[in-house]
Amino acid sequence: MRDIDCQTIKETIARLCQEAASLLPEDVLQALKQAREKEESPLGQQILDQILENAELARKEMLPLCQDTGTTVVFLELGQDSHIVGGDLNECIKQGVSEGYTKGYLRKSIVDRPFSARINTQDNTPPVVHTEIVPGDKLRIQVMPKGGGCENMTRLAILLPAEGKKGVTDFVLRAVEEAGGNPCPPVIVGVGIGGTAEMAVSLAKKALTRKVGQPSADAEVAELEGELLEKVNALGLGPQAVGGRITALAVHVEVHPTHITSLPVAVNLQCHSARLKEAVL
Amino acid sequence: MNIKLPLTDESVEKLHAGDDVRFTGVIYTARDAAHRRMVETLDKGESLPFDIRGQVIYYVGPTPAKPGQVIGSAGPTTSMRLDPYTPSLLAAGLKGIIGKGGRGPAVREALKQYKGVYFIAIGGAGALLARHIKKVDVVAYEDLGTEAVRRLEVEDFPVIVCNDIYGSDLLQEGKERYKLAVT
Repeated sequence: MRDIDCQTIKETIARLCQEAASLLPEDVLQALKQAREKEESPLGQQILDQILENAELARKEMLPLCQDTGTTVVFLELGQDSHIVGGDLNECIKQGVSEGYTKGYLRKSIVDRPFSARINTQDNTPPVVHTEIVPGDKLRIQVMPKGGGCENMTRLAILLPAEGKKGVTDFVLRAVEEAGGNPCPPVIVGVGIGGTAEMAVSLAKKALTRKVGQPSADAEVAELEGELLEKVNALGLGPQAVGGRITALAVHVEVHPTHITSLPVAVNLQCHSARLKEAVL
Repeated sequence: MNIKLPLTDESVEKLHAGDDVRFTGVIYTARDAAHRRMVETLDKGESLPFDIRGQVIYYVGPTPAKPGQVIGSAGPTTSMRLDPYTPSLLAAGLKGIIGKGGRGPAVREALKQYKGVYFIAIGGAGALLARHIKKVDVVAYEDLGTEAVRRLEVEDFPVIVCNDIYGSDLLQEGKERYKLAVT
């Protein structure tokens, strides 16, 4: 049994929120640079240049890459042999987000009473937390500030099993095409297949935590990812949907077994400002 | 193309979908809550808190300014959410809008009818766009906080014409141009 202190978790979350807002991960930067080389549309090239320039400026001056510093989505992988001490885990995550967003001059975008008064909580809390219990005694924390423009384009369908791979492909293509410029392409397309309805959506989001363009370890899934990426880019939307070759930087698919009657499929898009920071305690 | 604001019928007649434009002058910010209030005001037959004729509205909700900054990161938000309010504002004389993503048929029609232009700025380039904003003042609806209407003085602010007064739509035409057949 290994003790992990709540205060450390809080400070780590606060730091990750601020770093994530300004420092675009290296794999995303590389993917954007490759996109710039491949893009044929002059407007698309110009947009990618400005996106890269923005990333550079944000990094140098520690400015938020985007004004939408998102819903704070936190992924925890909690080792089953660890022991959280010194406070309430959920409360310290919340405090970490509050501190990170307040001290970091990040935008507070969360409203309570979403269906009625929509009152801003003033510190971007509460975060959305996904916890997975894993072997070991460590705590892995990933912070993903998820913008509204791309999150609002999320789609879920429960297909008929007979629709199979073609049904999944058509659904993913329709989700990306209908989203148009709203999710800020070039996007990363997260796809969740299988499980139950809520699990498919959760898998689609989890797929976005992978390094950009890193294929699935499963050969059949990796092949599907390659085919989907080619078809998504053949849609012609391009950067900011002004027309071009690069609509998506990558398609990541996560799969889980499902019920004999069912074929759930979910799409969760990530904008080109694919912010994600992690720490292991 | 460099354009000094405000816009006029003459200046919008020269603009075509896909044109690269740099704005210098004054633009106003407004998001959901401010739009709702402006349209309610117009529906009651009252006048808006600023003269909207010839003006440009930017759909933006910036991050808080750090000490020494004029404004925090300030890129465009998704325009579609404002579609229900936009035709009324165009009818009242609004000439330009800056946002991101496409517009619905009612807005596209209203842009033609009232000679207005919809521009896109680069979503997710908030740090870069903020550099072109030189001065910020709250001019209306201060109680709305981050959603209050602000007057921005901008220099060489980069936008692209998405929907012109002639009915051309960059997003639709761009997609058709680059679409590929995949077997």
